[in-house]
Amino acid sequence: MSVAIKKQATPVSKPAHEIDEHIVEILSDSGEGAQKCGQSFGAISARLGYGIWTVEIIPAEIQPPARSVDGASGNRIRVASRRITNGGDKADLAVAFNEQVLRGRLNANELKPGSIILLEDKWRHDDDPSIAASYVAVYDELLERGFDAIEIPMETECLKIVNDPRKGKNMFVLGLLCSIYSLEVEAAHEQIRFIFGKKSEQIIIANQRLLDAGYQWAEDNLDIKFKIQATPPVEPSIVVNGNTSIALGVMASGMEVCAMYPITPATSASHYLSDVFEKVGGVVHQAEDEIAAAAFAVGSSYAGKCAVTITSGPGYSLKQEVIGLAVMAEVPLVVIDVQRGGPSTGQPTKPEQGDLLTACFGSHGDAPKVVMAASDIEDCFYSVITARRIAEAFNTVVVLLSDANLATAQQPFPRPEFCEEWLAAPIDQSPVDEDYLPYDWNARSGQRRRVIPGQPNGMHTLTGLAHDRNSGVAYNLKTNKEGIRNRSLKLAALQKTIKPPTVLGDDEGELLVVGWGSTRGSIEEAVQRIRADGHKVSSMHLKILQPLASGIREIMQRFDKVLVVENNWADSMDDELIDEDNRRYSNLGWLLRARCLVDIDCWGEVGEQPIKPGTVERVIRERLN
Amino acid sequence: MTARATEILRRAGAEQHSLEDYAGCVPRWCTGCGDNAILAAVQKVCREEQLPLEKIVFVSGIGCSSRFPHYMGTYGFHGLHGRALPVAEGIKMRRPDLHVFVNTGDGDCCSIGAAHWVHATRYNMNMTVMMHDNNIYGLTKNQASPTSPMGTRSNTTPRGSVLEPFDPLQATLGFSNLSFVAQVPDWIPELLFQVIHEAHKHRGFSFIRILQRCPEFQANRWEPCMQDPASVRILTHENGVKLSPTLARAYKNNQEHDPSDLVEARRIVGTSEEIPVGIIYRNPDVPCYEDMRKPDRLYTPDHVKSGLEEELDKFTIWPRD
Repeated sequence: MSVAIKKQATPVSKPAHEIDEHIVEILSDSGEGAQKCGQSFGAISARLGYGIWTVEIIPAEIQPPARSVDGASGNRIRVASRRITNGGDKADLAVAFNEQVLRGRLNANELKPGSIILLEDKWRHDDDPSIAASYVAVYDELLERGFDAIEIPMETECLKIVNDPRKGKNMFVLGLLCSIYSLEVEAAHEQIRFIFGKKSEQIIIANQRLLDAGYQWAEDNLDIKFKIQATPPVEPSIVVNGNTSIALGVMASGMEVCAMYPITPATSASHYLSDVFEKVGGVVHQAEDEIAAAAFAVGSSYAGKCAVTITSGPGYSLKQEVIGLAVMAEVPLVVIDVQRGGPSTGQPTKPEQGDLLTACFGSHGDAPKVVMAASDIEDCFYSVITARRIAEAFNTVVVLLSDANLATAQQPFPRPEFCEEWLAAPIDQSPVDEDYLPYDWNARSGQRRRVIPGQPNGMHTLTGLAHDRNSGVAYNLKTNKEGIRNRSLKLAALQKTIKPPTVLGDDEGELLVVGWGSTRGSIEEAVQRIRADGHKVSSMHLKILQPLASGIREIMQRFDKVLVVENNWADSMDDELIDEDNRRYSNLGWLLRARCLVDIDCWGEVGEQPIKPGTVERVIRERLN
Repeated sequence: MTARATEILRRAGAEQHSLEDYAGCVPRWCTGCGDNAILAAVQKVCREEQLPLEKIVFVSGIGCSSRFPHYMGTYGFHGLHGRALPVAEGIKMRRPDLHVFVNTGDGDCCSIGAAHWVHATRYNMNMTVMMHDNNIYGLTKNQASPTSPMGTRSNTTPRGSVLEPFDPLQATLGFSNLSFVAQVPDWIPELLFQVIHEAHKHRGFSFIRILQRCPEFQANRWEPCMQDPASVRILTHENGVKLSPTLARAYKNNQEHDPSDLVEARRIVGTSEEIPVGIIYRNPDVPCYEDMRKPDRLYTPDHVKSGLEEELDKFTIWPRD
């Protein structure tokens, strides 16, 4: 255990340890700004050319009790010299504004043994003896367990600059981190100007002074300094989280209406969209409930361009009847489900991929719909554009799955270059032929021409009842069957256009890991680590989950074993009661077993945090033995 | 009503639409069903206004009332039980050029879709809403509805319903941002036409509760009222309905009521022993949601490009030189 605080200030500069990557966590009570500090640290790093992935640490309540183990609010930032696709394993360095929020992360085993912990020291001298005692207990435990715990007089130092250190500590910490990771202070100054851009010049300067103070304090008092090799960007890139990426995708997709009802963790996409959608002539409608939001979107689609509704699991369940209507009546609709822990209210701020099967098979009766999943932040943007195009090409429902992991994670990706083909065609108001039939299904593809109100001669009543080609109520079974067949056929027609997924690693081998959605980064990193040991392990990631592309079975058959890894529940064969006859597989496990008739194993985890590459690595190694 | 010159020219040049043009499939409602009367009145309003067929959308929920769009020769959307209003709102939001009508029933509007009704009133989008209130669930074969009188014997209340009926007028007069409320029975065609016509001309959310006969499951519900004109109190006003001399001879129980008077409207609805008929409340000055939410910028590829680029700029890391 090194005592890192020096008694005297010494001029810079200390030698920096060259490292490839670090995982940093910043933890505070809610409202103390650790999230802003973390996001800024991530953004500055990205600006300077590091690979980053940030993970928000969010308590369930807006104002959880101060100094509570479950109330930690903050950010994890993984910074590396290369592109990063996930939040990594355990943290190398943590900054804690009090010892209780740190306790939460220790209990969750999120910190690497021996990692550096920068702890606000004001609690040691707290007027309340129980608080002081609690602080000392945690601090002593840290030392005992071999952590490199360093006490920092954050409050004392901040009080030299501002009256309310609760509002400034985060920028002081940002300064500490800039010094520790040898980041240019100028880039941090720019970042402060950006995030406080709407505030007064006085506030910007005060925050920059706090940052400088933190930087200088670290230079003067700390013995730790790291340097990660950056690759300065040559092309412009953007840094956003998954929900902002979705909202940008909605803007870019040519959709004009987003109807929503507030639900975590989907809402921030609509927050951002509400702020900017009108710039491009779009409207966000906050409906009275989830059902109304879906129905509003369907009405809007019916009379014009395809609309979108954004929700999360429970809201997705409420929309099921409307989704059935859109499938039946063949109205294009994009439904975005930013999944969270379920069922019921579940864990609203925690990631889970539990809605895949309900997305594929939800609603009622035979309601074929397209299901896609975004696998990283960039994919959130482009998936919305693809979803809108498929919805309009096939006049059906496209469900796009994201999750709480992508919703708040930030990752840089190449700045999209606008392309007019992304947009929907202007609405058609030209007359149609007198003998026009509203459901003139193409016998080969099941598709039909959609005619909308305003088009002379096109008048018909669209109905959720089974209907004939003239949109008249189908009173006989044969007519109903024709409709069902054509709606089903559309998925087959789409399926013929989908390319088989690519395989990371060799085309054949010992084990194929299959995943979908936000787990991509962790799975691929784990597979690469194991491949580096010489094992013939590969992975395959699915983007369109319904319909599934051809060729998936053939790929799987070239491996000795196939393992599906996902962030949802799968019964473990280690449980006494579980056997082949009663085992409940993970979502994709069920789907692939049913579709491909391959004996696929699965592993699922339903935890509080996104699945870590190290966890996937462990699971794969177990399967290899 | 004044019309723009281009509109007058268009009408002059357009072929005149007849009642038949507005007719769709042959109605399959029961003989004696009040819905037939509503259909006739609506078609007459469309012809009176010479509405272009392709510019009309009838949106409905589920139930006997909601078969309505199939029987019109216009565009229609026959959707889900209780969800006609949000669908209609979605249509109106991007297509203010369309004439939007909604047909809903007492179960559809006052029960399964009640929340939408409260909020649709508040949004005040320009549409005409006809609530066909027959006091019973008809299409599902005779179950008590929220508006069924206490003691109604039905398949779900074989010993008589036990709750006081829900009063849609009292409820709606309590909603925020109210713009137009009327009540009319289906059996006085002249008034039915007038009220629907006025509702259509009113710019805003026009809600009409139509007392509708169901000969199959509520055969005696409105019969006494039909036979006794005095059981109906007609609210007349220069800004409301007007009685023709013929009608005035039969319906002597009438009073002047200024539809702009919300307090009086609530008093009439809350205390009247007779059935109030006419325009109960009307405020043409309530702003419409579709106008307030209309984006300043048109949706054009250029605007999307510039808007998107502007947003991307906020998040962009430019290569340092």
